Amino acid sequence: MAPLLDVQGLTIGFGDAPAVVTGINFSVEPGETLALVGESGSGKTLTCRSVLRILPGTAQLRAGQIKFGTQSAIDLLSLDERAMRAIRGDRISMIFQEPMRSLSPLHRIGNQVAEVLHLHRGLGTAAAKKLVLETFERVGFADAERAYRAYPFEMSGGMRQRAMIAMAMVAKPDLLIADEPTTALDVTTQAQVLGLIKDLQKETGMAVVLVTHDLGVVANMAEKVVVMNKGRVMESGPATAVLGNPGHGYTQKLFAAAPMIPEVAEPADALADDDLILNLKNVNKTYTVRAGGWRAAKKVHACIDVNLQLQRGTTLAVVGESGSGKTTCARIALGAELPDNGSEVLFRETSSSDPVAVNAMTRAQRIAFQRKAQMVFQDPYSSLSPRMRVQDALTEPMEIHNLGNRSERREKAAEMLRWVGLNPDTLKRYPHAFSGGQRQRLSIARALTLDPSLLVCDEPTSALDVSVQEQILTLLEDIRDRMGLSYLFISHDLAVVSRIADEVAVMRQGVVVEQAAPDTLFYNPRHPYTKALIAAQPEPDVNRPIDLNLVSKGAGAPDSWPEMFRFKGTQAPALIELDPGHKVRCHA
Amino acid sequence: MMFIRYAGYRFLTMLLTLWVVSILVFVIINLPPGDYLSNQIAELRATGQAEGVAKAEFLRTEYALDRPLWEQYFIWVGMMPGPQGFSGLLQGDFGWSFEFDRPVSEIVGDALWLTVLVNLAAVLFVYMVALPLGVISAARSETWVDYTAGFVGYLGLATPNFLLALILFYYGHKYLGLPIGGMMNPIYEGQPMSPGKVQSILVHLIVPTFVIGTSGAAGMMQRLRANMLDELSKPYVETAKAKGLSPSKLLSKYPLRMAFNPFVADIGNLLPAMVSGSVLVSVVLGLQTIGPALLAALKSQDQFLAAFVLMFVALLTLIGTMISDLLLVLLDPRIRYGAREG
Repeated sequence: MAPLLDVQGLTIGFGDAPAVVTGINFSVEPGETLALVGESGSGKTLTCRSVLRILPGTAQLRAGQIKFGTQSAIDLLSLDERAMRAIRGDRISMIFQEPMRSLSPLHRIGNQVAEVLHLHRGLGTAAAKKLVLETFERVGFADAERAYRAYPFEMSGGMRQRAMIAMAMVAKPDLLIADEPTTALDVTTQAQVLGLIKDLQKETGMAVVLVTHDLGVVANMAEKVVVMNKGRVMESGPATAVLGNPGHGYTQKLFAAAPMIPEVAEPADALADDDLILNLKNVNKTYTVRAGGWRAAKKVHACIDVNLQLQRGTTLAVVGESGSGKTTCARIALGAELPDNGSEVLFRETSSSDPVAVNAMTRAQRIAFQRKAQMVFQDPYSSLSPRMRVQDALTEPMEIHNLGNRSERREKAAEMLRWVGLNPDTLKRYPHAFSGGQRQRLSIARALTLDPSLLVCDEPTSALDVSVQEQILTLLEDIRDRMGLSYLFISHDLAVVSRIADEVAVMRQGVVVEQAAPDTLFYNPRHPYTKALIAAQPEPDVNRPIDLNLVSKGAGAPDSWPEMFRFKGTQAPALIELDPGHKVRCHA
Repeated sequence: MMFIRYAGYRFLTMLLTLWVVSILVFVIINLPPGDYLSNQIAELRATGQAEGVAKAEFLRTEYALDRPLWEQYFIWVGMMPGPQGFSGLLQGDFGWSFEFDRPVSEIVGDALWLTVLVNLAAVLFVYMVALPLGVISAARSETWVDYTAGFVGYLGLATPNFLLALILFYYGHKYLGLPIGGMMNPIYEGQPMSPGKVQSILVHLIVPTFVIGTSGAAGMMQRLRANMLDELSKPYVETAKAKGLSPSKLLSKYPLRMAFNPFVADIGNLLPAMVSGSVLVSVVLGLQTIGPALLAALKSQDQFLAAFVLMFVALLTLIGTMISDLLLVLLDPRIRYGAREG
């Protein structure tokens, strides 16, 4: 029997330029999951889109065949447009990376999903609705009727991705193409979505092409793996072989770069807290959300009673899923946001200087503080002005603070570039001439020009590929030790944190639930939420798959937790030091 | 239910805005030193016409122009008793035009609804032309369709309206037998409505509508095209494509709906731009709209007439923005639910 999808010699290019995807071969059997793995720019997205022929208008399919169907295979690339439309959404469907932007905000979810049935089955509204409601129940909407009437913006990211999956599944396709379906989601939500795809696959026998850069996801989902780099296939084969014993140097490099939670660690000693550079005491932050012109305002507690101490020269990581309040913490620490009354944020520039209250500074104190506390942002593409040369971007902070003269500033900028591993010759260039990783180096260099003592890093590597992430983390560790910096490191990725942090605080809905050194935390996680987060982190090892359906439940609601941690409403128990340096929010 | 509450709220804010506008209008009109009557009195004194002076002095007290400015304002609005008791805008008394020596309501009477008619026709024209052209040039961007539509559009933007008016009158009359100037055949003027009069007005409307609407349509088309192009590159368009929708259905259901918002929001801006933009055209075309009256009134400091015309234009604008706000709420659930994207 022929494979369901057979891609041979696929070559794609833009304009007169050399091809960006060259001679791709792979095939997918019915019911099988194939993972297309690669970093950004590897051509994996173009490859999967060419199956549905939804490439950008300027891309040309230069050569190759895409055969589809087990019995009488059709060549998708030579099909006429009308016949191709009949296949899209019916026999082959697709889910995309960003569930928010992939659904039209102006149409109800039900309308958008039912459209597939109107198109391909010619069903009327009532018949289509019945099928859609069934699918909604299948993908895990508690109230299918309500989801049918909802607009995308009324749903969370995970719910929207479920809606996307429902849309892709409602016509029971033979092949599902999932382009980074979980990259924008938290780990537990990722587990839910992956588990759902797997279950649906078992039920309907469809094949899946999963495009991803995450080897952990691959190990948990795929039977076959195709590793791509720069538009070419580097290595392909069964997942057990490719992941268990990578043959190609590039695959090995990917594995080496993937951060992992240490498997067995020894509990670490408690950190000293005699020289705190930053001390957040009882920090609360309440936002008043105005729901719209004529509706009552609502209060949101972004931080509740947060106590964080950052020892000079170390890294304190705050981890949590989206909405946990970790970014609010960082903003408060930097004085970019004022905490509620009664909160206190103390900053001590050097061990001998007096602490300054960040939440109540005079103008002069604020200017001095801003020199000493700098930030590195998440998205290196939008945090550098495209209209400023590197030199201007790097000297601007010194100009603002009136440091040095023109040539001294220039000299300092060049020095900082050397620090972050870039050539000072690049001073005259604009940011667009740099790759994502290089831009993140630039933005680190910019933060360093003022000789800060504290660096707040807000997800500095989450927009980067794994191999680049590895380099940036190494760089951050290196300059921390060489310049005696202290980091407040915000991340959602436990694996990244386990590597760089000296202490980790796990946040859930504005509350720190557990806090310890990473080795202690991963060796002996106590809180159900921390355990759930660790369990949901997929590892790039085919022999240790995670139970997607189990971990996807996350920690559940607080009233379902073990007696020791259980609470109702917002009455969380206090944070108690169980072992030296290991704090857990529980009833003692 | 929520919508009705919002509509009520929006109506109240409109009234409030109108009130603020009335203050601004009154202050601005009174900014230049003197007023129509004091100018006239000075002139009469200089030429020694005593009885004229007496009449002007009489009008000054009659219309309370001798009182402090704030009192004049409240009397004009009708919130304070004037020499004739409460008699201002609120009571439906629009004041006296000194220039024409007649009540303002008599002067603007017919012009009011003719103005509304001409501008509504122009707005309809703008939307009917801009919508299809904008969508087509976005969907077929950078092809000859796009270039042609763009070229015609820029031509429309760049040609002075009065020049376009003259050209159209000449050729319209020569080849199509369209009438030149005016809003209707002179025999119908001052006559009650009749089928013949309606027909005459409609035929006279053709050229003015085209002239006033062209530049608006060209601008609107470019905006719609730009919006559509933005929307076309969004991921949800790709989703719709992956569903198997045909290009035309896809276009009208998804990106067009999104690009429609600025289109609707423009209604409010379109009206005042046209009223003020059509003054010159009205003069050239001899249309008895409110435009020429405004021009004359401003020149001679005929304050009640000018103030009334400005208030009327402001009212049109406010009604336009209110309509577009209400339509937006109906069209866009994100605004309706007061939610933020992200």
